[in-house]
Amino acid sequence: MASSDSMSEYKIRELEQGITESKHTYTITKVPRSREVRQAWFTTVFTTLYAALYSFPVVFKSRPDLILCNGPGTCIPLCVAGFILRVLGVKRVQIVYVESMCRVETLSLSAKILYYFADHLLVQWPSLQHKYPRTRYIGRIV
Amino acid sequence: MADSNQKPTKNVFVTVGTTSFDDLIKTVCSENLIEVFRELGYSKILLQIGRGEYEPPVMKSDDFCVEYYRLKPSISEDVSSADLIISHAGAGSVLEAMGAKKPLIVVINDSLMGNHQVELAYQLYKDGHLYYGTCCELKNLLRTVDLRKLKPLEPGRPEKFGAFLDQVMGIS
Repeated sequence: MASSDSMSEYKIRELEQGITESKHTYTITKVPRSREVRQAWFTTVFTTLYAALYSFPVVFKSRPDLILCNGPGTCIPLCVAGFILRVLGVKRVQIVYVESMCRVETLSLSAKILYYFADHLLVQWPSLQHKYPRTRYIGRIV
Repeated sequence: MADSNQKPTKNVFVTVGTTSFDDLIKTVCSENLIEVFRELGYSKILLQIGRGEYEPPVMKSDDFCVEYYRLKPSISEDVSSADLIISHAGAGSVLEAMGAKKPLIVVINDSLMGNHQVELAYQLYKDGHLYYGTCCELKNLLRTVDLRKLKPLEPGRPEKFGAFLDQVMGIS
Protein backbone atom coordinates (compact mmCIF):
# COMPACT_ATOMS: atom_id res chain seq x y z
CA MET A 1 0.00 0.00 0.00
CA ALA A 2 1.02 3.64 -0.28
CA SER A 3 3.32 4.77 2.52
CA SER A 4 0.94 7.66 3.31
CA ASP A 5 -2.02 5.29 3.78
CA SER A 6 -2.70 4.55 7.46
CA MET A 7 -6.39 3.77 7.15
CA SER A 8 -5.92 0.74 4.91
CA GLU A 9 -3.34 -0.76 7.26
CA TYR A 10 -5.77 -0.40 10.15
CA LYS A 11 -8.59 -2.04 8.18
CA ILE A 12 -6.38 -4.92 7.05
CA ARG A 13 -5.19 -5.69 10.55
CA GLU A 14 -8.78 -5.53 11.79
CA LEU A 15 -9.91 -7.94 9.06
CA GLU A 16 -7.01 -10.36 9.55
CA GLN A 17 -7.57 -10.51 13.28
CA GLY A 18 -11.12 -11.62 12.61
CA ILE A 19 -9.91 -14.59 10.54
CA THR A 20 -9.35 -17.45 12.92
CA GLU A 21 -7.69 -20.02 10.64
CA SER A 22 -4.08 -20.04 11.67
CA LYS A 23 -2.78 -20.87 8.18
CA HIS A 24 -3.23 -17.26 7.10
CA THR A 25 -0.07 -15.21 7.12
CA TYR A 26 0.28 -11.78 5.65
CA THR A 27 2.84 -9.05 5.33
CA ILE A 28 2.23 -5.39 4.74
CA THR A 29 4.75 -3.61 2.54
CA LYS A 30 4.60 0.10 1.96
CA VAL A 31 5.77 1.83 -1.19
CA PRO A 32 5.85 5.53 -2.03
CA ARG A 33 2.77 6.90 -3.80
CA SER A 34 3.22 7.48 -7.50
CA ARG A 35 1.19 10.68 -7.36
CA GLU A 36 -0.46 12.71 -4.62
CA VAL A 37 -3.92 14.17 -5.20
CA ARG A 38 -3.63 17.36 -7.31
CA GLN A 39 0.08 16.80 -7.94
CA ALA A 40 1.33 18.32 -11.21
CA TRP A 41 1.71 15.80 -14.02
CA PHE A 42 5.29 16.87 -14.78
CA THR A 43 6.55 16.01 -11.29
CA THR A 44 4.44 12.85 -11.34
CA VAL A 45 6.91 11.36 -13.85
CA PHE A 46 9.66 11.63 -11.25
CA THR A 47 7.62 10.45 -8.27
CA THR A 48 6.43 7.45 -10.29
CA LEU A 49 10.00 6.53 -11.18
CA TYR A 50 10.93 6.90 -7.51
CA ALA A 51 8.00 4.67 -6.54
CA ALA A 52 9.17 2.13 -9.14
CA LEU A 53 12.56 1.91 -7.40
CA TYR A 54 10.73 0.57 -4.37
CA SER A 55 7.97 -1.34 -6.13
CA PHE A 56 10.05 -3.40 -8.56
CA PRO A 57 12.12 -5.19 -5.88
CA VAL A 58 8.94 -5.99 -3.89
CA VAL A 59 7.41 -7.78 -6.87
CA PHE A 60 10.62 -9.38 -8.15
CA LYS A 61 11.33 -10.80 -4.71
CA SER A 62 7.85 -12.12 -3.92
CA ARG A 63 6.99 -13.31 -7.48
CA PRO A 64 3.24 -13.27 -6.86
CA ASP A 65 0.75 -15.50 -8.67
CA LEU A 66 -1.73 -12.67 -8.60
CA ILE A 67 -1.51 -8.91 -8.41
CA LEU A 68 -4.87 -7.57 -7.28
CA CYS A 69 -5.20 -3.83 -7.32
CA ASN A 70 -7.49 -0.83 -7.62
CA GLY A 71 -7.51 2.92 -7.96
CA PRO A 72 -4.63 5.29 -7.87
CA GLY A 73 -1.35 5.16 -9.76
CA THR A 74 0.51 3.61 -6.83
CA CYS A 75 -0.37 0.23 -8.34
CA ILE A 76 1.13 0.98 -11.76
CA PRO A 77 4.84 0.36 -10.98
CA LEU A 78 3.82 -2.87 -9.20
CA CYS A 79 1.81 -4.05 -12.21
CA VAL A 80 4.61 -3.10 -14.61
CA ALA A 81 7.01 -5.18 -12.52
CA GLY A 82 4.57 -8.10 -12.65
CA PHE A 83 4.21 -7.70 -16.39
CA ILE A 84 7.99 -7.73 -16.79
CA LEU A 85 8.20 -11.00 -14.86
CA ARG A 86 5.62 -12.47 -17.24
CA VAL A 87 7.28 -11.21 -20.38
CA LEU A 88 10.65 -12.57 -19.24
CA GLY A 89 9.02 -15.94 -18.63
CA VAL A 90 9.96 -15.89 -14.94
CA LYS A 91 6.43 -16.22 -13.56
CA ARG A 92 2.90 -16.24 -14.98
CA VAL A 93 1.71 -13.27 -12.94
CA GLN A 94 -2.00 -12.55 -13.29
CA ILE A 95 -3.00 -8.91 -13.00
CA VAL A 96 -6.55 -8.14 -11.89
CA TYR A 97 -7.58 -4.50 -11.57
CA VAL A 98 -10.86 -3.45 -10.00
CA GLU A 99 -12.03 -0.02 -11.09
CA SER A 100 -13.54 2.23 -8.46
CA MET A 101 -17.30 2.32 -8.15
CA CYS A 102 -16.88 6.08 -8.69
CA ARG A 103 -16.07 5.44 -12.31
CA VAL A 104 -19.37 5.34 -14.17
CA GLU A 105 -18.71 6.95 -17.55
CA THR A 106 -14.92 7.20 -17.82
CA LEU A 107 -12.03 4.96 -16.88
CA SER A 108 -9.40 6.23 -14.47
CA LEU A 109 -5.91 6.93 -15.82
CA SER A 110 -4.64 3.82 -14.01
CA ALA A 111 -7.26 1.68 -15.74
CA LYS A 112 -6.46 3.25 -19.12
CA ILE A 113 -2.77 2.46 -18.64
CA LEU A 114 -3.54 -1.11 -17.60
CA TYR A 115 -6.26 -1.60 -20.23
CA TYR A 116 -4.09 -3.66 -22.52
CA PHE A 117 -1.87 -5.45 -20.10
CA ALA A 118 -4.08 -6.41 -17.14
CA ASP A 119 -5.56 -9.89 -17.49
CA HIS A 120 -8.89 -8.74 -16.10
CA LEU A 121 -10.11 -5.21 -15.65
CA LEU A 122 -13.35 -5.15 -13.66
CA VAL A 123 -15.72 -2.21 -13.83
CA GLN A 124 -18.73 -1.69 -11.62
CA TRP A 125 -21.16 -0.04 -14.00
CA PRO A 126 -22.48 -1.59 -17.22
CA SER A 127 -22.12 1.73 -19.09
CA LEU A 128 -18.34 1.44 -18.75
CA GLN A 129 -18.28 -2.11 -20.02
CA HIS A 130 -20.15 -1.04 -23.14
CA LYS A 131 -17.70 1.77 -23.75
CA TYR A 132 -14.56 -0.28 -23.10
CA PRO A 133 -15.11 -3.80 -24.46
CA ARG A 134 -11.97 -5.31 -22.88
CA THR A 135 -13.39 -4.65 -19.40
CA ARG A 136 -15.65 -6.99 -17.48
CA TYR A 137 -18.79 -6.24 -15.54
CA ILE A 138 -19.91 -8.82 -12.99
CA GLY A 139 -22.26 -6.56 -11.09
CA ARG A 140 -21.43 -4.09 -8.35
CA ILE A 141 -18.87 -5.45 -5.96
CA VAL A 142 -18.99 -2.89 -3.17
CA MET B 1 -36.40 15.69 37.03
CA ALA B 2 -36.29 14.01 33.61
CA ASP B 3 -37.48 16.17 30.73
CA SER B 4 -39.92 13.76 29.10
CA ASN B 5 -41.25 16.45 26.78
CA GLN B 6 -37.90 16.96 25.06
CA LYS B 7 -38.17 16.80 21.27
CA PRO B 8 -35.85 14.24 19.67
CA THR B 9 -32.92 16.10 18.11
CA LYS B 10 -32.58 16.03 14.34
CA ASN B 11 -28.95 15.73 13.40
CA VAL B 12 -26.94 16.56 10.34
CA PHE B 13 -23.67 14.78 9.74
CA VAL B 14 -21.23 16.35 7.29
CA THR B 15 -18.33 14.22 6.07
CA VAL B 16 -15.41 14.83 3.70
CA GLY B 17 -13.55 11.54 4.25
CA THR B 18 -9.78 11.89 4.23
CA THR B 19 -9.89 14.85 1.85
CA SER B 20 -9.81 18.56 2.45
CA PHE B 21 -13.01 20.39 1.48
CA ASP B 22 -12.92 23.78 3.19
CA ASP B 23 -15.58 25.24 0.87
CA LEU B 24 -18.17 22.75 2.09
CA ILE B 25 -17.31 23.21 5.76
CA LYS B 26 -17.41 26.99 5.43
CA THR B 27 -20.72 26.84 3.54
CA VAL B 28 -22.41 24.57 6.08
CA CYS B 29 -21.25 26.72 9.01
CA SER B 30 -22.22 30.02 7.41
CA GLU B 31 -25.01 32.03 9.03
CA ASN B 32 -27.20 31.52 5.99
CA LEU B 33 -27.07 27.76 6.16
CA ILE B 34 -27.36 27.54 9.94
CA GLU B 35 -30.58 29.50 9.54
CA VAL B 36 -31.85 27.01 6.97
CA PHE B 37 -30.98 24.04 9.17
CA ARG B 38 -32.85 25.64 12.03
CA GLU B 39 -35.88 26.27 9.81
CA LEU B 40 -35.88 22.62 8.79
CA GLY B 41 -35.89 21.50 12.41
CA TYR B 42 -32.29 20.37 12.76
CA SER B 43 -30.63 21.09 16.07
CA LYS B 44 -27.17 19.60 15.69
CA ILE B 45 -24.50 19.66 13.02
CA LEU B 46 -21.54 17.34 13.37
CA LEU B 47 -18.75 17.90 10.87
CA GLN B 48 -15.98 15.47 9.98
CA ILE B 49 -13.43 17.79 8.38
CA GLY B 50 -10.62 15.41 7.34
CA ARG B 51 -7.49 17.25 6.25
CA GLY B 52 -9.22 20.59 5.81
CA GLU B 53 -7.47 23.74 6.97
CA TYR B 54 -10.61 25.57 8.04
CA GLU B 55 -11.77 24.72 11.55
CA PRO B 56 -15.40 25.74 12.11
CA PRO B 57 -16.39 27.70 15.21
CA VAL B 58 -17.86 25.35 17.80
CA MET B 59 -21.30 26.47 18.87
CA LYS B 60 -23.41 25.30 21.75
CA SER B 61 -26.72 26.92 22.61
CA ASP B 62 -29.98 25.59 24.07
CA ASP B 63 -31.48 24.72 20.75
CA PHE B 64 -28.54 24.32 18.38
CA CYS B 65 -25.01 23.01 18.40
CA VAL B 66 -22.14 22.67 15.96
CA GLU B 67 -19.24 20.27 16.60
CA TYR B 68 -16.43 18.89 14.51
CA TYR B 69 -13.60 16.40 14.40
CA ARG B 70 -10.99 15.46 11.82
CA LEU B 71 -10.85 11.72 11.45
CA LYS B 72 -12.08 8.58 13.20
CA PRO B 73 -11.30 4.93 12.42
CA SER B 74 -15.00 4.54 11.63
CA ILE B 75 -17.76 7.08 11.03
CA SER B 76 -20.53 4.47 11.13
CA GLU B 77 -21.81 5.58 14.54
CA ASP B 78 -22.12 9.18 13.41
CA VAL B 79 -23.72 8.08 10.15
CA SER B 80 -26.33 5.95 11.92
CA SER B 81 -27.29 8.69 14.38
CA ALA B 82 -27.74 11.28 11.63
CA ASP B 83 -31.07 12.22 10.06
CA LEU B 84 -29.38 13.81 7.07
CA ILE B 85 -25.92 13.30 5.66
CA ILE B 86 -24.09 15.88 3.59
CA SER B 87 -21.01 14.42 2.04
CA HIS B 88 -18.28 14.93 -0.52
CA ALA B 89 -18.55 12.64 -3.53
CA GLY B 90 -16.00 10.09 -2.33
CA ALA B 91 -17.14 6.53 -2.81
CA GLY B 92 -16.43 5.51 0.78
CA SER B 93 -18.59 8.24 2.28
CA VAL B 94 -21.38 7.80 -0.26
CA LEU B 95 -21.50 4.04 0.24
CA GLU B 96 -21.45 4.40 4.01
CA ALA B 97 -24.51 6.66 3.84
CA MET B 98 -26.21 4.37 1.30
CA GLY B 99 -25.48 1.33 3.43
CA ALA B 100 -27.07 2.97 6.47
CA LYS B 101 -30.06 3.93 4.28
CA LYS B 102 -29.77 7.59 5.21
CA PRO B 103 -30.91 10.58 3.15
CA LEU B 104 -27.83 11.93 1.43
CA ILE B 105 -26.91 15.16 -0.28
CA VAL B 106 -23.60 14.97 -2.12
CA VAL B 107 -21.67 18.19 -2.62
CA ILE B 108 -19.23 18.28 -5.49
CA ASN B 109 -15.79 19.79 -4.91
CA ASP B 110 -15.29 22.08 -7.91
CA SER B 111 -11.63 22.58 -7.20
CA LEU B 112 -10.57 18.94 -7.70
CA MET B 113 -8.73 18.10 -10.94
CA GLY B 114 -10.81 16.14 -13.41
CA ASN B 115 -13.64 15.88 -10.90
CA HIS B 116 -14.72 12.44 -12.01
CA GLN B 117 -16.48 12.09 -8.69
CA VAL B 118 -19.43 13.84 -10.31
CA GLU B 119 -20.06 10.67 -12.30
CA LEU B 120 -20.97 8.56 -9.28
CA ALA B 121 -23.12 11.20 -7.60
CA TYR B 122 -24.86 11.94 -10.88
CA GLN B 123 -25.56 8.26 -11.59
CA LEU B 124 -26.93 7.64 -8.11
CA TYR B 125 -28.96 10.85 -8.40
CA LYS B 126 -30.38 9.66 -11.75
CA ASP B 127 -31.30 6.40 -10.06
CA GLY B 128 -33.06 8.34 -7.27
CA HIS B 129 -30.75 7.45 -4.37
CA LEU B 130 -29.42 10.90 -3.41
CA TYR B 131 -29.48 14.59 -4.24
CA TYR B 132 -26.40 16.44 -5.34
CA GLY B 133 -25.06 19.88 -6.14
CA THR B 134 -22.26 22.37 -5.55
CA CYS B 135 -21.61 24.40 -2.39
CA CYS B 136 -23.46 27.35 -3.95
CA GLU B 137 -26.52 25.20 -4.62
CA LEU B 138 -26.65 23.62 -1.16
CA LYS B 139 -28.89 26.20 0.47
CA ASN B 140 -31.48 25.91 -2.28
CA LEU B 141 -31.27 22.12 -2.32
CA LEU B 142 -31.92 21.89 1.40
CA ARG B 143 -34.96 24.11 1.09
CA THR B 144 -36.53 22.47 -1.94
CA VAL B 145 -35.86 18.72 -1.99
CA ASP B 146 -38.02 16.04 -0.45
CA LEU B 147 -35.74 13.59 1.32
CA ARG B 148 -38.52 11.04 1.66
CA LYS B 149 -38.49 10.50 -2.09
CA LEU B 150 -35.03 8.93 -2.01
CA LYS B 151 -34.74 5.20 -2.69
CA PRO B 152 -32.35 2.92 -0.79
CA LEU B 153 -29.42 1.52 -2.77
CA GLU B 154 -29.07 -2.25 -3.12
CA PRO B 155 -25.81 -3.40 -1.51
CA GLY B 156 -22.96 -4.65 -3.69
CA ARG B 157 -22.12 -8.34 -3.91
CA PRO B 158 -18.49 -8.94 -2.93
CA GLU B 159 -19.07 -12.70 -3.00
CA LYS B 160 -19.40 -12.42 -6.79
CA PHE B 161 -15.89 -11.03 -6.86
CA GLY B 162 -14.64 -13.85 -4.65
CA ALA B 163 -16.16 -16.40 -7.00
CA PHE B 164 -14.65 -14.60 -9.99
CA LEU B 165 -11.17 -14.61 -8.46
CA ASP B 166 -11.46 -18.30 -7.62
CA GLN B 167 -12.25 -18.93 -11.26
CA VAL B 168 -9.34 -16.79 -12.47
CA MET B 169 -6.89 -18.57 -10.18
CA GLY B 170 -8.27 -21.97 -11.16
CA ILE B 171 -9.46 -22.76 -7.65
CA SER B 172 -13.17 -23.33 -8.26
